[in-house]
Amino acid sequence: MRNVQLNLSVNGETAEASFAPYKTLLEVLREDLALTGTKHGCELGECGACAVLVDGEPQLSCLVLAVECAGRRIETVEGLARGAELHPLQAAFADLGAAQCGYCTPGILMTAKALLEREPNPSRERIREAVSGNLCRCTGYQQIYEAIEAAAQVMERDT
Amino acid sequence: MKVIGKPRRRVDGRAKVTGQTRFADDLVLPRMLHMRLLRSPHPHALIEEIRIEKAKAYPGVHLVLTGKDFPVSFGILPVTQDEYPLAPEHVRYVGDPVAAVVAKDEQTASEALDLIEVKYKLLKTISDPVEALQNAEPRIHAYSELGNIHRLQAFEFAGRSNEVTEAIDASDHVFEDLFFYEGNTHLPIEQHAAVAEVDGEGKLTLWSSTQVPHYVHRSLARVLQIPPTHVRVIATPNGGGFGGKCDVCNHEMTVAKAAMVLGRPVKICLNREEVFYMHRGRHPVLMKFRTGVSKDGKLTGMHLQTLVDGGGYGSYGVASTFYTGALQTVTYELPRYKFEAARVFTNKPPCGPKRGHGTPQPRFGQEIQLDKIAEKLGMDPAELRLGMIVKPDSLTANWLKVGSIGLAECINQVVTRSSFKEKYRKLPHGRGVGIACGSYLCGAGLPIYWNKMPQSGVQLLVDRSGQVTVFCGATEIGQGSDDVLVAIVAEVLGIDPFTVRCITGDTGITPVDLGSYSSRVTVMMGNAAIQAAAKIKVMIAETVSGELGVAPNRLVFANGRVSCDDKSLTFAEAAGLAEEKFGTLGSVGSYRPPRAPGRFKGAGVGPSPAYSYTACVVEAEVDPATGWITVPKIWIAHDIGRTINPVLARGQVEGSVYMGLSEALMEEQVFRRLPPKLSHALVHKIPSLLEYKSLTSLDMPEVDTILIEDPDPNCPFGAKEVGQGPLLPVMPAVANAIYDAVGVRIDEIPITPDKVLKALELKAAGKEARVGPTTFPAVPYPQPVEVSPPWEGGDGSARKGAEKPKLKVSAA
Repeated sequence: MRNVQLNLSVNGETAEASFAPYKTLLEVLREDLALTGTKHGCELGECGACAVLVDGEPQLSCLVLAVECAGRRIETVEGLARGAELHPLQAAFADLGAAQCGYCTPGILMTAKALLEREPNPSRERIREAVSGNLCRCTGYQQIYEAIEAAAQVMERDT
Repeated sequence: MKVIGKPRRRVDGRAKVTGQTRFADDLVLPRMLHMRLLRSPHPHALIEEIRIEKAKAYPGVHLVLTGKDFPVSFGILPVTQDEYPLAPEHVRYVGDPVAAVVAKDEQTASEALDLIEVKYKLLKTISDPVEALQNAEPRIHAYSELGNIHRLQAFEFAGRSNEVTEAIDASDHVFEDLFFYEGNTHLPIEQHAAVAEVDGEGKLTLWSSTQVPHYVHRSLARVLQIPPTHVRVIATPNGGGFGGKCDVCNHEMTVAKAAMVLGRPVKICLNREEVFYMHRGRHPVLMKFRTGVSKDGKLTGMHLQTLVDGGGYGSYGVASTFYTGALQTVTYELPRYKFEAARVFTNKPPCGPKRGHGTPQPRFGQEIQLDKIAEKLGMDPAELRLGMIVKPDSLTANWLKVGSIGLAECINQVVTRSSFKEKYRKLPHGRGVGIACGSYLCGAGLPIYWNKMPQSGVQLLVDRSGQVTVFCGATEIGQGSDDVLVAIVAEVLGIDPFTVRCITGDTGITPVDLGSYSSRVTVMMGNAAIQAAAKIKVMIAETVSGELGVAPNRLVFANGRVSCDDKSLTFAEAAGLAEEKFGTLGSVGSYRPPRAPGRFKGAGVGPSPAYSYTACVVEAEVDPATGWITVPKIWIAHDIGRTINPVLARGQVEGSVYMGLSEALMEEQVFRRLPPKLSHALVHKIPSLLEYKSLTSLDMPEVDTILIEDPDPNCPFGAKEVGQGPLLPVMPAVANAIYDAVGVRIDEIPITPDKVLKALELKAAGKEARVGPTTFPAVPYPQPVEVSPPWEGGDGSARKGAEKPKLKVSAA
């Protein structure tokens, strides 16, 4: 099968990629663009570890074909920080114990970013709903909620 | 203290939120190839022939390996070396690996797997313990003790033979209860992955998501028949472990062999279905508790029988089986105790250690039985427990040395904060509260292979810039062991944790640590780290003492300075002067647990430098119309000894509560028979994350976490474990809360709405309102090893040894 050539917009940069047309966005990000920050836990859309933002919406990158993403805005965990400065979500996750093993963390960070962009001050209930597609086996979720709430406060103060 | 006990960002926290943490599957090496495994579709069969020619000829394939390439067997325990990297002739579960393909990419390797032709001769499948007891043949393993019974164990801790039964019979009340705990699996979000490379010197390096790089190192050398000095195992940060990466794995051996044959790096990453086959998770255990109780609520004796479903291989199973009985004595005073256990082989993925290793199952039974006892005696279940807590600094009936116990404070905290006494038996129908306790090891007293060497080693280097580098073989699986290591070194030397560089889990450059299992790391690595850092501190203090003209013992190491009154040097200045005086600065520390007092055969499982304690109250709501269970809140207090980093400690407790609640309500590793026309194989019912139900954020209740600090003298700064113990009381507390809510007993795990509904229907029909096992099969337990408890005199040796029964079962 012949490769497709595609320009993808990832974290505000144009990435030129050549890959087999059956590859998922997850595979292209990890294998062809060396963006291994996005994780995989099932490749069947069950765990949420591979969540990235496509045009600002959380998407399971294991269920999206990369060829569908031409012309769309893709954001991954690698694009969260501004230079050396962590995004408020990242800082809060690191400080408040929201990342234990860290494997589900990139997917949850991206899901939370989309939530806070839509709802700058979400209730605990809304946070629970927003991350309900992201499985975390380490934390029991409490510290994740607290980190998202803390980040929301910082972001509100800074805007 | 400046570091210990203070909430901090963990030392590896930044990398985890930027995506920079390099997990095993994130590694890419030049010229790297990819491996996939072919797994048996049959639960029990002999391999008659494997044809690999077509697969070998497939474009893009570099290598095909089969069992013939691996003449040496392995196993995590020296007594159960019963696995091969690829099964040479006998497959024992659906998923047992039989061949490996290495190709240019995963896709090609997967396609080539389909071209391998394996001719199997099917054998009768042994699907559960009852079948294993009834069918001595076909033998799943020739080395098992009796037919398909892998191991039999029996102990009686009492002053004379049969005393336990006699004492129970003579008690005011006798309770006899059966419980069943279904198997479940770890489900780390990271699937197991490994990359192998032969380096420029011709030596093997394996990067693997393993909790036990030292044991993997030893096994690789043995299985691949290469010198241990030519092997280096680097444990990559684990994306969750929970015991699922504690075993030595088939794929680690095969990928290493492939790299050696091809001279190129090779990677393997298991897919999610394969992780369910790899398993090594919670053993299904059937239990029978017979317990005597006095009318004032004291235990007079306990007789516990367990029947353990081991799956297809040994794994940690011999130890797991011991653990179904070993820790029954460390929580409540028990004057005499009899324990009989059997582990059987069945044609299912091998069971092994999962968080709590062998102890959550009997804990579930014991804590529900205590709830029944409290009700019968008309006592408050918290008061019943408070009245029988083991005394600190005491020996148990089975010769375990208990040190500090903060359990009474744990119970008092959860009772007060949950308003337990105002709620218990007082909430409206459909709502209830339940209480339970637990206790766990802070590290297994003995290593897995017999030796008298340290169980953890730490090396420290300090240079003139003030840079401190600490090396240890301990393995970061997300629990925060790197943070513990750095915090301890930083505390002793009075420096900022972020100035310490930490290198761990690399058998090529770090001192041996046995791995992240049995909640051993904080205690063992921590004690070794204190020793290493204290040696450097002495050297620096001696140097600075001369420089400032003050006695070394008056110097304070804090805030990056070494000071006495108004005189001080920076840590870097002090280190530079010490380097002048002593030459290059380095030190080592090591730790080996104190010798356990028990002398009988079998006394090696159970001892620990310290035990942690936990109490838990669960509030539950049950819809009587549907059986649906909602848990709005859980209160948990954990006796941690001393908290090193409260952010991480709380995370361990809440993660344990999450996992315990998930096991209590839904998780189960279960199997089903395919229809006869589809081979009749025994297959995993739900090998996917979607169908293997686990709690999501929407199911997770609020948790009130309380850390009780009762420092233990055997532990670093008094710090005990926190990773496993807090899981233990959750499952029985849920069961007890459901009973309080609707008056039905669910004596098995998981507690699902259909079981609650069935029990409610039984109750409505005037029958016993209980769902759970009703029979315990006849198990040929041997005569027990008889040991007198410490208070009966003796030295912890056996009065009488175990005589194993002879095979009496006729071929079925």
